[in-house]
Amino acid sequence: MTAKIAYGDVEVGTELPAQNFPVTRATLVQYAGASGDFNPIHWNEKFAKEVGLPDVIAHGMFTMAEAIRVVTDWTGDPAAVVEYGVRFTKPVVVPNDDEGATIEVSGKVAAKLDDNKVRVDLLVKSAGQKVLGMSRAVVQLA
Amino acid sequence: MALDQSFVGRSYPPTEPYEVGREKIREFAEAVGDTNPAYTDPEAAKAFGHPDVIAPPTFVFSITFKAAGQVVQDPQLGLDYSRVVHGDQKFAYTRPVCAGDRLTVTSTIEAVKTMAGNDILDVRGEVHDEAGEHVVTAWTKLVARGLDAEEGQA
Repeated sequence: MTAKIAYGDVEVGTELPAQNFPVTRATLVQYAGASGDFNPIHWNEKFAKEVGLPDVIAHGMFTMAEAIRVVTDWTGDPAAVVEYGVRFTKPVVVPNDDEGATIEVSGKVAAKLDDNKVRVDLLVKSAGQKVLGMSRAVVQLA
Repeated sequence: MALDQSFVGRSYPPTEPYEVGREKIREFAEAVGDTNPAYTDPEAAKAFGHPDVIAPPTFVFSITFKAAGQVVQDPQLGLDYSRVVHGDQKFAYTRPVCAGDRLTVTSTIEAVKTMAGNDILDVRGEVHDEAGEHVVTAWTKLVARGLDAEEGQA
């Protein structure tokens, strides 16, 4: 593991570069294939509405995968992530249009730990609502 | 229906090995739009000190969730899978998943609860490589929603 960020260069409150990730219906079909999760709530509007959802929703694991990119783009080597956890609190609703939805991710160093590790807390939102809770990573820095 | 508390602590036999392929990692990285070269370029991965391309942090969920299927579909447990949504997910890594790994998963039921009409199941999946070394542990909280509940998302 060779993170490009040094432990000595960050403080509690250091912000990671925020990013926005677009997600359309086509994104969800591609993710369904890659992940093997073919639950129809992620691609079939009729089915999603029948089970009480407002529309097709993104896979929770897709949102989780996007959110950690703010950390792995910061460290360079993705292996710097030694722990990562989230709570799925609200769905990312993906309308059937050209724009789809946007997942907005920001993060900051919340604690400096032993052995050059830090805890990064992520804020993950879509359409103005927080979609992941307790979204945290423990990251090994250089 | 309340779940059977006697299932807490129960472990299931290790799965057959899943062989991690370079192109499967590439497919996953492309699906999440992640261009980190550690996922697709063996030389870039080696420059980071890895033996081959590595998988994005959440890639292993596909493997652990499939393994958890033997738990959630255990008819003796009595979980109503048609009402199950994904509550929480956590990973703790000893090392990244790497192309060429042959991974087995051992699933254990950590907790069984009923809260506010929801059945809640916590499953831990321990992932080991062919040498028996630990790679990653995945904790998955599944919530079978009661008729009035609206938590979680799938």
